[in-house]
Amino acid sequence: MTDPAPNTAILDAKGVAKRFGAVAALKDASLQVARGEIVALMGANGAGKSTLVKILTGALSHDGGQILIKGQVRRIGSPLAARRAGLVPVYQEPSLIPDLDVTDNLRLGDTPVEPFRHWCAELGLADLSLDAMIGDLPLASLRILDLARALAMEPDVLLLDEMTAALPADLVDRVLRVVRAQADAGRSVIYISHRFTEISRLCDRATVLRDGVTVGDLAIEPGIEERIVDLMLGEGTAASAVRAPKPAPKSTALRLSAKGLAAGSKLTDVSFELHQGEVLGVVALEGQGQDELFDVLAGARRATRGEVRVNGTAVQFAHPADAIAQGLTFVPGDRAHALLMQRSVRENIALPLLARLSNWGPIPMQAEAARVGAAIDRLQIDTRAQGEVRRLSGGNQQKVTIARWVAKGVETLLLFDPTRGIDVRTKRQIYDLVRDLADQGAAVLYYTSELAEIRLACDRAVVIFGGRVVDRIEAADADDARLMRAAYGLTAQGVPA
Amino acid sequence: MTRLLQKNGWTLGLALLFAALLVFTKVIQPGFGLSGLDSLARAALPFAFATAAMTVVVLAGGIDLSVASMMAVASVTGARLMEGATEAESVWIVGFVLLVGLAMGALNGALIVLTKVPDIVVTLSMLFVWEGVALLILQGPEGACAVWLTELIKGGLTLPLIPAALTVWFPKAAVLVIVVVALVWVPVRRSKLGLSIYAIGSDPLAAFRSGISLGRTRIAAYAIAGLFAAFGGLALTMSTGIGEPIPGPYLMASVAAVVLGGVALTGGKGGLVGPILAVFILRLVRLDLTLMSVDPNVTTIVEGTIMVVVVMFGGILAVRGRKR
Repeated sequence: MTDPAPNTAILDAKGVAKRFGAVAALKDASLQVARGEIVALMGANGAGKSTLVKILTGALSHDGGQILIKGQVRRIGSPLAARRAGLVPVYQEPSLIPDLDVTDNLRLGDTPVEPFRHWCAELGLADLSLDAMIGDLPLASLRILDLARALAMEPDVLLLDEMTAALPADLVDRVLRVVRAQADAGRSVIYISHRFTEISRLCDRATVLRDGVTVGDLAIEPGIEERIVDLMLGEGTAASAVRAPKPAPKSTALRLSAKGLAAGSKLTDVSFELHQGEVLGVVALEGQGQDELFDVLAGARRATRGEVRVNGTAVQFAHPADAIAQGLTFVPGDRAHALLMQRSVRENIALPLLARLSNWGPIPMQAEAARVGAAIDRLQIDTRAQGEVRRLSGGNQQKVTIARWVAKGVETLLLFDPTRGIDVRTKRQIYDLVRDLADQGAAVLYYTSELAEIRLACDRAVVIFGGRVVDRIEAADADDARLMRAAYGLTAQGVPA
Repeated sequence: MTRLLQKNGWTLGLALLFAALLVFTKVIQPGFGLSGLDSLARAALPFAFATAAMTVVVLAGGIDLSVASMMAVASVTGARLMEGATEAESVWIVGFVLLVGLAMGALNGALIVLTKVPDIVVTLSMLFVWEGVALLILQGPEGACAVWLTELIKGGLTLPLIPAALTVWFPKAAVLVIVVVALVWVPVRRSKLGLSIYAIGSDPLAAFRSGISLGRTRIAAYAIAGLFAAFGGLALTMSTGIGEPIPGPYLMASVAAVVLGGVALTGGKGGLVGPILAVFILRLVRLDLTLMSVDPNVTTIVEGTIMVVVVMFGGILAVRGRKR
């Protein structure tokens, strides 16, 4: 075996095609990765990214084209075969077994333990117990474990699919540094992300897919983002400009307020005021009490201290139905928790219209169809696969979770990270929708894990750190640096960095 | 230590419950002794193997409705072949019956994997198939059983070099369960196959992505279930001395014991010790109710109630434990 020259492609996929029945998911996808290179694989939802990833990692077989690994044509029949060929993926969802402990999970995949521990430490999980049950660990740790496991296998090509989507900012930083070091050591990385900041910081090249075809292969340089977005969106779909958020509403009616709210061990003291027609952003690193805050407001959990007022009246929620009755609608971050995956788009959207006991009689079909149809149009939901929601792409699923409340007529919307892991175009549609809803008088509380969204979607933002509000920022002043400092508890008035 | 307790808390609780029930039995029936334990263990024997079979497939995220029918096939195959066979030949017959069980289970699994028909449908169909096969082999309860086999589960344990008084209270039938389960399950549990069985039951997608062959693991799990079912069928023949082509009430009883034994019906969670303890508990409860001369119809109501209450109680404890 000879070592290939540094410039040969270690992975070279040419003209890969894949059909699902009548639908061509991939028509002519090509992807080249050289040794020591980090390539961003980009594309809007439905462009065929995940199909290509599944083919490269052995979860699907391809119908056309060929895949060369180190210059040899290979067919990758299973995840195991992919690993043997030197291709190790880290998928968007954790692929560890929840009912086994860490050690057993390593044994299962024949992962060497010592390198695994080394990478865990490197990635900031030095104190991980190998006896810990996977099911008991937080999502962010699982992502890190997945990555550490992949690194321990010393892959030639590491495939990272939305690796940083569920990670707090400090871990993102560590991950990016480790991945960069991998590339510097001669390994190759395929990096899939919707975050341009990470791509421009990390990647050498970007391969852009649109409608199952590779439409571009660009070197990353300053200012390339707009070009990539254009390629992803294609001709005719002019990128909607970033909207300038309107100034803070002038003393409109106070819709929802919280005072000194505390729950569980993480939420200690949060107060905010949300007015009619306003989008209030919530910024926090992972696990700063935002989950508890939204649970309390949605009626899924009781506050141990503090007060919630809706339209000026103090309320106590014993059940999510109480919150819904008060006009508070919660859209959870995990789409799987919000939707009936096996049922149709229409049923999912219509459900909140019907979910009252008094509605247990016959369903007024015509009225329902009209309202559901209006909501689908409004959100531009792709209804080709409307029979079962689970067949929709992630972005379209997310739109359904919002559409169901739009159809009902929303007063106060609680959005928890609504754009996690979805493409730029869908994100923009969701921002537009949120603004439209606010313009029509809805009040929106908007938690996001992506700092830039505060400027794009919100009027103002509160920053939560350690379970308390540490800063309030107008969207106009919300540059990443200030938000980041605040999210780390370093407010303007507080301790210097 | 606390971790060990946490992990095996359910099994430990069952063991305590069983001990308490034994004491209770001794109180209401002071004559309960060696022969009582012996008949309890022998009555529980086929149930224990049926439960072991069911547990393995449930851990793998499946279900096998044909367990009782496979036991019937194994029972009649053994009894038919042992009719007129010498003791030495019967050893080979036992081996053959176990292979038949393994094959039946593997066929169940292969059908599920290859046809992609849901396990509950396939094994429901196989319930009828194996039932018919059993009746083709023997039309009624007949056949024979080798003497060494019947002796294997009769009376208390005696070991060479150890005074009989120390061991004789422990029924041989219980020893058989422990030995068989240990010989079959411990090597599996310690191997990658065992981990894979837990993995596909816990999260099939994650298991697939970890490089596990879902199909092969599933077939293996069903094959192990078939093997345990064959032991169950042989146990039936051992205790009655003949073959019984009509399946006994082992299917639902095994599901009950699996649930009571702390195995999640969704797969991936639990072990084999809990469900087998649960078999003994359910048998002992039945015995106690009979001793208290409770109406047999009420007995099943009590059994059902105990199951719900115990599982609910365990759930509450688990939630409490997690909060702390």
